[in-house]
Order: sequence, then C-alpha cells, then structure tokens
Amino acid sequence: MSVTTIDSKAVIPPRPERSAGVWATAWRRLRNDRVGMVSLGVVIAFILLIIASALHLVAKDWQKEIGVPNAPPTFIGPRAEETTKDPLSTIVAKDAKPVDLSDIDPLAPKYKEWAERAAKIQISEPPRAKTLPFGADRLGRDVLAKTIKGAEISIFVGLFAAVVATLIGTVLGALAGYVGSKLGDFLEWVYNVFTSIPDILLIFAFAAVLGRGIGTVVLILGLTGWTGMYRQVRAEYIKHRTREYVRAAEAIGVTDTQRMFVHILPNVSHVILVRMSLLVVGFIKAEVILSFLGLGVPVDQVSWGTMLSEAQAELVLGHWWQLAAATLFMAVFVTAFSLLTDALRDALDPKLR
Amino acid sequence: MGNLVSVRDLRVAFRLGKSHVVEAVRGISFDIPENSAVALVGESGSGKSVSAMSIVRLLPENASVGAASRIEFQGRNLLAEPLDVMRDIRGKDITVVFQEPMSSLNPVFTVGDQIGEVLQLHRGLSRRQSAARVVELLDEVGIAEPRARLVSYPHELSGGQQQRVMIAMAIACEPKLLIADEPTTALDVTVQRQILDLIGRLRAKFQMSVLFISHDLALVGEIADQVVVMRDGIVRESGPVAEIFSMPQDPYTLALLACRPRLDARPRRLPVIDDFLSADGSRTLSAPPIARNGDARQARAAEAAPLIEARGLRKEYRLKTGLFARKQIDAVKDASFQLARGRTLGVVGESGSGKTTVGMLLMRLVQPTAGQVLFDGRDLLALSDAELMAYRRRIQIIFQNPYASLNPRFTVGQILTEPMRVHGIGAHDDERFAMAVALARRVGLPPDCIHKYPHEFSGGQRQRIAIARVLSMKPEVIICDESVSALDVSVQATVLNLLLDLQDEFAISYVFISHDLAVVKYMADDILVMSHGAIVERGSSEAIYEAPQHDYTRKLLAAIPRGFQRAHA
Repeated sequence: MSVTTIDSKAVIPPRPERSAGVWATAWRRLRNDRVGMVSLGVVIAFILLIIASALHLVAKDWQKEIGVPNAPPTFIGPRAEETTKDPLSTIVAKDAKPVDLSDIDPLAPKYKEWAERAAKIQISEPPRAKTLPFGADRLGRDVLAKTIKGAEISIFVGLFAAVVATLIGTVLGALAGYVGSKLGDFLEWVYNVFTSIPDILLIFAFAAVLGRGIGTVVLILGLTGWTGMYRQVRAEYIKHRTREYVRAAEAIGVTDTQRMFVHILPNVSHVILVRMSLLVVGFIKAEVILSFLGLGVPVDQVSWGTMLSEAQAELVLGHWWQLAAATLFMAVFVTAFSLLTDALRDALDPKLR
Repeated sequence: MGNLVSVRDLRVAFRLGKSHVVEAVRGISFDIPENSAVALVGESGSGKSVSAMSIVRLLPENASVGAASRIEFQGRNLLAEPLDVMRDIRGKDITVVFQEPMSSLNPVFTVGDQIGEVLQLHRGLSRRQSAARVVELLDEVGIAEPRARLVSYPHELSGGQQQRVMIAMAIACEPKLLIADEPTTALDVTVQRQILDLIGRLRAKFQMSVLFISHDLALVGEIADQVVVMRDGIVRESGPVAEIFSMPQDPYTLALLACRPRLDARPRRLPVIDDFLSADGSRTLSAPPIARNGDARQARAAEAAPLIEARGLRKEYRLKTGLFARKQIDAVKDASFQLARGRTLGVVGESGSGKTTVGMLLMRLVQPTAGQVLFDGRDLLALSDAELMAYRRRIQIIFQNPYASLNPRFTVGQILTEPMRVHGIGAHDDERFAMAVALARRVGLPPDCIHKYPHEFSGGQRQRIAIARVLSMKPEVIICDESVSALDVSVQATVLNLLLDLQDEFAISYVFISHDLAVVKYMADDILVMSHGAIVERGSSEAIYEAPQHDYTRKLLAAIPRGFQRAHA
C-alpha cells in the first residue's frame, strides 16, 4: 500500500499585490496633468538650487565684489566709457603760481618716502568685470549669485513658516473641531482676537519683541498666519467627527487621540496640504514685505525682500536689473508653486474619484 | 396603442482614463408604450439608470453614446437633437424624479419658487399666475395646506413630502413621460407605499407614461405594466408584468423574485443569484434549490437568563429654542426588553421612531437619560471608561451605510487588524494579520482583498468587510443598525445568509434594527415595534405577522411590497 502524503503547505497563495494607495493614485493623476508636472519640475529645480546653495556649491561668493559697481547685464553690454573729463579739471587756472605745500602741510616732506615704500608693495586690484550675466549691485556684487542666495533664504523662510503655521493651525483646528464644547469656544475666542488685530500691527509687535533674524521671521509669519488653516481644519473635523467610520472606530474602542490623528487626519490631509502650499506662496511674499520694511532678514544676509528694498534706491539711477532678477525668480517660483497647488488639489480630492 | 419612446441598440460607454473605457450599456432595446408604466429592474451597476438618463441626455461628461443608437420620441431621434431642443423637452415633455429628494431640491429656494420656475420656463406664466397653479399642484400630490407650504423651504418638509414636491415639479407641465429613478429607495416603507399610490393615480389622471427604475422586483410588480430586467448592461428579459411574475424565462429574473424575504415562509437560507446562475452566467433553468430551503429555520431555545436586559431605557434631547426656552424631545421613552444568547431581537419602526437610538444606547455611543442595561448581570451604564473597553469587545455594531463606515484611507488589512490591536488580541502583528486573512476568507471576500482600499469594493463586499471587522473581536452581541437597508435586494440576501451562518457558528445574539418588516420577520425570533420613541408592540415574529395587535404594526405590514398580485391585475 503506497502512502501518499499531501503536503498541506503546497498551495500557498501568492502574496497579493499591494493595491495602489491614495497617494499612489494621486501621483498617477498628477502625472496626467501636464501643467502640474511642469510646475512640479520648476519647484524641484528651485529646491535643488537652494540645497546646492545651502551646501555652498553655488553662489558661495555672492559677497565678492567681482564687477564694477552697478555693472549692467551682459545682454545689454558694458556701459559706454565716460569720455567727458572731470568737469573740475577744466577749471584749473593755468597761470596761477605753484604753491609750496610744505609751508602749509607738515607731512609734505614725507610724501616722497611713502611713495617709495608704496612702490615696493605690490597691490593687485583684481580686474573688475565690466558686465555680469544679470549685472551687479552698487558694490559690484553679482546679482545672479545674490538672487540664488536670496532664493535660499526666501524659500526657506516661506517653507518653514508654513510648516509652523500648519502645525499650529492643524492641532488647534483638530482640537476645536473634534472636542468642541468649552475648549472649542475658547479656541474660537483666541482665533477671533488674532484675526481682529491688523496683521501688520501683529507683525510689528512680534518683531519688536523678538528682534531681527531669520528665525524671528519664521516665527512671526508662523504665529500670525495659522488662522486660516485653523478655521478650515476645524470645519473639516466637525464634518468628519460624526461620520460613520469615526463612530465605528469609537465602537471598537479606539481612543479619542487616535481617532483624531490616525482616523480623521489622513482624510483631511489633502485640505491641509493644499492650504499649506498656499501659505508658502503667501509667506514668501510676506517675507519680501517684511524685509522691505526693515523687519526681515539681517543686513549681512540677502533675500528677495532685501534685494527689492535696495532696488528702490537703484531704480532712480536707472539700474533696474537687481529688481528684475529678484522679481523674475520670485514670479517663476510663486507661479509654479501655485499651479502645483492647483494640480495637487485636483489629484488629491477624494470627491473627484 | 403606439409607442411613446422606443430605444434601439442603446450603447453607452464611460471613459475612466486615457485608454480605459467601460461600456455600461451594451446595446439594449425596449419600448415605452403610450399611457403605460414600464419598469427597468436590475442591481446597481446593471446600467438601468444610465439607460433612463440617456433618454433625456442627462449623462455625465465622460459618457459617450454609440453611433448606431437611436431613441425615438414623437418621430424624433432624441440622441441627435440639438441641446436647446432637448432643454425644451426636459421638464416639459419628459420629466425626471430622482432618488434623493433631499439633495434634488435647492435648499435656499422655497418650494413655491422651485415648482413655479418650471411653469415660468416652459409655460411662460408670470410669477402670480404660476403661484396659483403651484397651489393646485401641491394639492394634487397630496400635500396638506398647500397655500401655507408655498413659502416653506425644503428642510421644513419630511422626506416623503419632499418627494411629493419633486413629483409636483415633474407633473407641472403635464409631461408625456415621467422617469422615476428609484424614487422611493430613500424613504420609509409606509411612505414608499403612499408615493407609489400617488404615482399610479397621477399616471391615470394625466394619461402619461412612467418609466420606473428600481432594484426591487416585488416593488415594480405592483405598479408596472411592462418589466425590463437588466443585468451588466444587457436586457435579460422583458415582457408584460404578469408573464414576468408567473412564468419567468430567465434564471436571473427567477433569482431576483426569490431572493426577497417572504412574509409567509421562513426558509433556513435565502436563495441568492448564484444559486440560479451557473458560474459562467449561462442559462441553467434546472431546479433552483428551493427544496433545500423548505426546511424552516428553527430558533434557538431561549435560555433562562437573558444576556442583555434593558430596563426603563430613556433618552431625551433638550433643544434650545430661545434664550431660556427649552424644548424636550423624547427619542426613546421607557424601553424595556431582553435578549437571550444566540437569539435575534428585531426592532422595527420608521425613521424617527427611536430604533437607532436604542442601538446607540446599548453600545453606550449615546448616554441615556435614565434606565439600566444589564449585560450578563452587570449594569453597563454604570461602568467606568476602563471597564467599558472590555465590554466594548463583547457587544458590537454594524452600521447602515457600508460606504461611510469604513475609513477610506485604511486598507482592508488595517481595518481588520485595528480592533485586535486595540483590544490586545493576538500576540504580534503577523499573527493578527494571519487572523485578518482568515476572517476575510470566512466572510467570503476574495483572497487578494487584504491590501486593497474600501473604494475598490462593491456595497455588499464593503458590508462584509464591516462584518469581518466586528467579528475580529469575537463579540457576543452584534447590533445591526439597518445593516442591509442600503444594499440591493439580491445582495441583501447574501449578507443576511452570512449573518445567519455566523450566528449558527459562533452563537452570536443579534439586535436587528430595520424599517423593513419583511427582513426583520425573516431574521428575528422576537420583534419590538417602535413608534415615536415608544415600544408599541412586542412578540415573537410569527405572532406579530399573524395577529398584529397595534394599528401601526398593521400599517407597516400592509406597506411591504408583495409583487404582482393576480387579484389586482
């Protein structure tokens, strides 16, 4: 009698394919959106640029004065040499008697000695470029390098301030929307007080207390900009709090904190993400205004805001390139970021599925 | 008698991606004779709504209609008419009543404005003239005090009244064809009965045709002259209603007829579609397994001590109506009942009767105002939060809407393992995962489901996921709060069968809450009938069915659709 053993483990079903998650689906939808993909490319390029800048790979020497003061951009060509002589030299009287300066200048005898000593020292003034790709500022610094360095500060400030504002707005909004009752009333009161004070006044107040610096700018913008996020997250939480899937979680004994952040948060994350990217755009512009008003980044650093602020004086003299470079960079980044935000909203909105 | 509308070779396809096209309707043909009621019957996804909406060309933007398709109406091909002609036809010659009256009415306009708009658009009436006509129409559809209702907003009306308003809008211009797209699915049974009667009366009075769309064959049997049974975008069978009900030719039709719980028999299992169709969908008219269902289900004998005993349960809501004025609403007044292990307690009533609140009170998802719930001898309502956690595991709830009760951002695996993690079932994640896979298999989900998201499943499958989630805690009591009401009749049968199998296997007690007396009668051993927060009648399910004592119970029984009745044909 033959014994046949049946291997019970013979049929192991293959581990099923992981199904496309919400984020994978969103990515697939985003990939079909041409405008969204182009703007994503631009934003990634900017982010790589500021990483390179932060690692001192590019724009390391932005403070070197490599061009003649206010050198024009290359595509315009060097400024025409001033052919007219110093008007003062023409009025020197030719017939006047030479004056022996030693009578009135006690140092006159030493001039010759100094001149001899000076001749022994080699002074090499590096040749200054007549033109630079995007021109130079009034000290002769390369505007292109300056704009890249400025992008680093501006985008850094925009992103981090948005993260701060998002954290505050999301946590408070979730608490107010989910818990409600007394705590909700209190948070609504805080929100109302914050929004009733004019933004710029609030910013001045924070700036006065905290002093100047990048960290301050991030804090100021974060602490004043969370209100819109708070309001929207609160509304979403009120909506989701009574949804059946949250009741079902309560029925199986999931704690309040878990329901708030494990169950509801992923379902409102698309709202938060879109709102946050709007905040980034707003904060980059706000930083420009702050720096323009002299409340922004310190003088030894550069941002798009300080560049625009310098441009105010230069524009009178007809040196428009610093303004143009900062504006162009900012416009491209902000536009790309806004378009990306739009594309993200379309890709992430579960209602459209 | 000529044909009002004839649909020929209708094909509708939906673009879902760049190259992904789904054909929802695959070449169907049917006629709507003048002055008659035609019913389109099928499960969700059968293409019945798409077919009906093609007639008025109200399809989503990504839909495309086949080139050879024709829809003839009064000698014109509606599919080829320009849009402004269609606009003229819609609302005047052909009108539509949708499923959800709540979302079909504009919440910021009064009822009078919305009905009047139709008259002003298509009849060129002035505001004053139309107001007078609107009062007549409201009276026609059976709304009490029509003149006062003229200035009401939709939210001030009940669901049934809202649907009456929708019907008033639809008949305002005395259309030739009224398309009713599941007009009663969102309503209570008794209201459904009234709406059906109303549509029947209006059809006779205005000599119009009605295209009635439903998933419930028993329902359309009462009002239709012709029935068209659809499945997967094709017509399975069509013919006069008497033929469809007395000698159905298609096994699918037979299955649809059989799978609704009947009041006069209580088979051990409900027949389901798969019993009638072989796996490849070919025709197998071989004897359907009715015989097997002949042996009636025996209720488990009640034990001496009840598992759950509710005493004087009461819940009142206080509404602020003014600065100091408070209004008190009793959602549940003085409910007392018992539930034994392994038995099923049915709770029936219309919306607003307090039946859902009873379920919520048992789960302590809502705090009661007064009363006691003894579970195995302990008062649940006096438990601390920590003690409640252990109790939560033993009594669980399955909600009505499987589309809303599953977190859309969780995979099925996460959904099934979460309760085990919360209650410390299973030693580690791998063990819990293995248990989840086994559970999914037990409730009849496909084996590859575990990494999928809820939106990839149909309604019936989602309800199975919800059942598996509850089972993961091995509860002793499961509260089914309208758990099958949102499902098609055919899917409902499969889920009910699953619930019964699980009861046999694990000796679970059910509290089965539903507005559908036929379903409760089939499932429950004992029944509570609730109305306005009070229990008006209680007894064994046979007793309630055979000798209802209370008027309200009789009204509920009378409202159940019984299909085509020879007597009234």
